[in-house]
Order: sequence, then C-alpha cells, then structure tokens
Amino acid sequence: MKLLWELFCAFARVGVMTFGGGYAMLPILEREVVDRHGWATEEELMDYYAVGQCTPGVIAVNVATFVGFKIAGNIGGIVASIGVVTPSVLIIMLISSILTNFADVPAVKSAFAGIRVCVCVLIFNAVLKLWKKAVVDKATLVLFLIVFVLSVFFKISPVWFVVLCAADGIALTRMGVRGK
Amino acid sequence: MILLRLFFEFFKTGLFAVGGGMATLPFLYDIAERTGWYTTEMLADMIAVSESTPGPIGVNMATYVGYVTAGYAGSVIATLGLITPQIIVILLVARAMKAFRDHPLVDAGFYGLRPCSLGLIAAAGLLVVKLALFNTGLYSETGVLADLFNVKALALAAVLLVCTRYVKKLKSLHPIVFILASAVVGIAFSF
Repeated sequence: MKLLWELFCAFARVGVMTFGGGYAMLPILEREVVDRHGWATEEELMDYYAVGQCTPGVIAVNVATFVGFKIAGNIGGIVASIGVVTPSVLIIMLISSILTNFADVPAVKSAFAGIRVCVCVLIFNAVLKLWKKAVVDKATLVLFLIVFVLSVFFKISPVWFVVLCAADGIALTRMGVRGK
Repeated sequence: MILLRLFFEFFKTGLFAVGGGMATLPFLYDIAERTGWYTTEMLADMIAVSESTPGPIGVNMATYVGYVTAGYAGSVIATLGLITPQIIVILLVARAMKAFRDHPLVDAGFYGLRPCSLGLIAAAGLLVVKLALFNTGLYSETGVLADLFNVKALALAAVLLVCTRYVKKLKSLHPIVFILASAVVGIAFSF
C-alpha cells in the first residue's frame, strides 16, 4: 500500500512538471524514477519509450504503466498511470471553469516561452546522458544518425523506425557487428 | 447517455492514436464533426491551452473536451476512456517483456531500439529548439539573418546550460527549479 502511494505521488509529480508532451517529461522522469527511487535503469526507460512509440496512446502514460507494472504488477501499472494524469485533469478542469482565454493572457504566454527554453536545455542534457547507454558502438551511432536525420527532415511515423531498428538490432547481432 | 458515449469515443481514440499526444488530434476533429459536441475552432483554443499547461497533451485535450461536453464528470470520464485501452495494452506488453527480456533475440532487438529511441527524442528536442530559440516565422518574412535568432531566449538557454551542466551546486537541483525560474525570467523579460 505504501509502495502504491509512493508510485502515485512520484508519477503525479512527473505529471505536474511535464510541459509540452511526452519527450519533455524525460528529464523529470529520469530524476524521479532512476535517480530518486531506482525503480528502473536508464536503459529500461529508453526501451519503454521505444515500445511506447508503437503502442497506442499517450507516451507519458505508457511509460507510467511500464514502470508501475515492473514495481507492483498490474495494480501498480494502473496506479502509476492514474497518478500521471491526475494533475493535468485537475488543472484543466480548474482552468476551463474559471478562465476561458487562459492561453491568451500575456503573462502566461511569456512564462511558457521561458519554460520552452528550459525544456530545450533539459532535453539536451537528457540526450547527452542517454547517449552513453544507447550509442555503444559504430553500428548504433549509424542507427542514431539515420533515425535523427530522417525524422527531422521527413514526416515518417515513428512506428517504422522502431520496427526497422529492432529488426536491425537482431540482424547486426547475428552478423557479429555488435560491439565493434 | 452522453457520459457513456464520451467514454466510448475516447476509448477509440486511445486505442488507435499511435505515437503520442498530437496523434490524437485527427480523432478529435473527427469527433467534433460527427457529434457536434464542440466546434473545430474550439479545438484550436484547446490545443493552445493544452500546450500551455503541464501534463501530456493527449490527456489535457481529453479533459478539456470532456469538460466542454459534460462538465466535471465529462472530464474524468473522457480521460479514463483515453487511457484505459493503452493501460491494458502496456500491461500485456510488459508481461510479455518480463517473460522474454533475457531472450537473446529480444536483447538484440533492444540493442537496435535504443539508438532509435534516442534519435526520436533528439529530433523532438530539435523541434522545441526551433520553436523556443529561433524566430523562423519572422526570418522568412524579413530575410534579415539577425531576426532569425531569439536573442533573449538564446541568452537564457546559455545560462541554463551552464547552470545545469557545470555549476556544481546547481547541477543536482530538481529540474522543476529551473523550469520555474525560466517561467519567472520569461515574465520578467517579456519573452
């Protein structure tokens, strides 16, 4: 019970601090899940993100379900998922009932322009941190560059990248290229 | 019974929207057209609000649409509808992953998946960089190179980068500290 409450609170904190969608959540998630509670490793987080790309729904919730399940089974998955959405539900309810033009308030706009800058820096730091775990040899460096460049310049569904890279990982391991 | 229909519509959205919050958008347009619960203009406002409040955008949209359609109960029901299918799917996937995690084939698959995951994250990060640090809209209008750079934002980014990476005392602070500080700076210097 105490563990479930901790899961709920940790993911509610992640939910309340995530501005701008699932990717922006990564730095906060690392802090709460990897550093603070040790519930998952950085490698596992990346695996969850990859799987979350090709399963339906919001990625933040997918990752919450994964971590919750790992720590406390089915009920853990459900509790963590509800935790991550609770703050947004409360905040949006509040905003929609008192302010109809919230997004047009100049102070709100300025604050979020500032927050976006911070999110850039946080994501950059997270990418550098994960780099060591993901790009472990020449083959993975090539995979990273291909996915990065293609998804910057073309509108391709991430599902394709995920499926092809998983197949590639298997092929490269079979060919004995891994680790070189 | 409107709550039941709300749950069902968002259940469908949650089941078929693959690839994150913005993937729910086409479904929300579809719901607007079929049910008339809200207009497509209202959707544009909803996106603005969803993007400027914390939390996953897909969830924010569901809560907002639910509220507009059926008040507080609608918010909760729409959100639950959205997340129910994906919780079920992930619980099944997680169970399978637990059973097969150490299988050499699965391990090899994830070896390829990690750089892929990182590539997608980096690309998404670049989008935020473009939005937050550069005035691409202004630049394409004026053509003056100096207009491309959002100087205030770049200065803040440089300060944050130094604080989060090199200043020992600040490095270990929770990211929310930097987020809040940036919001204050944004208001103070009218970003």
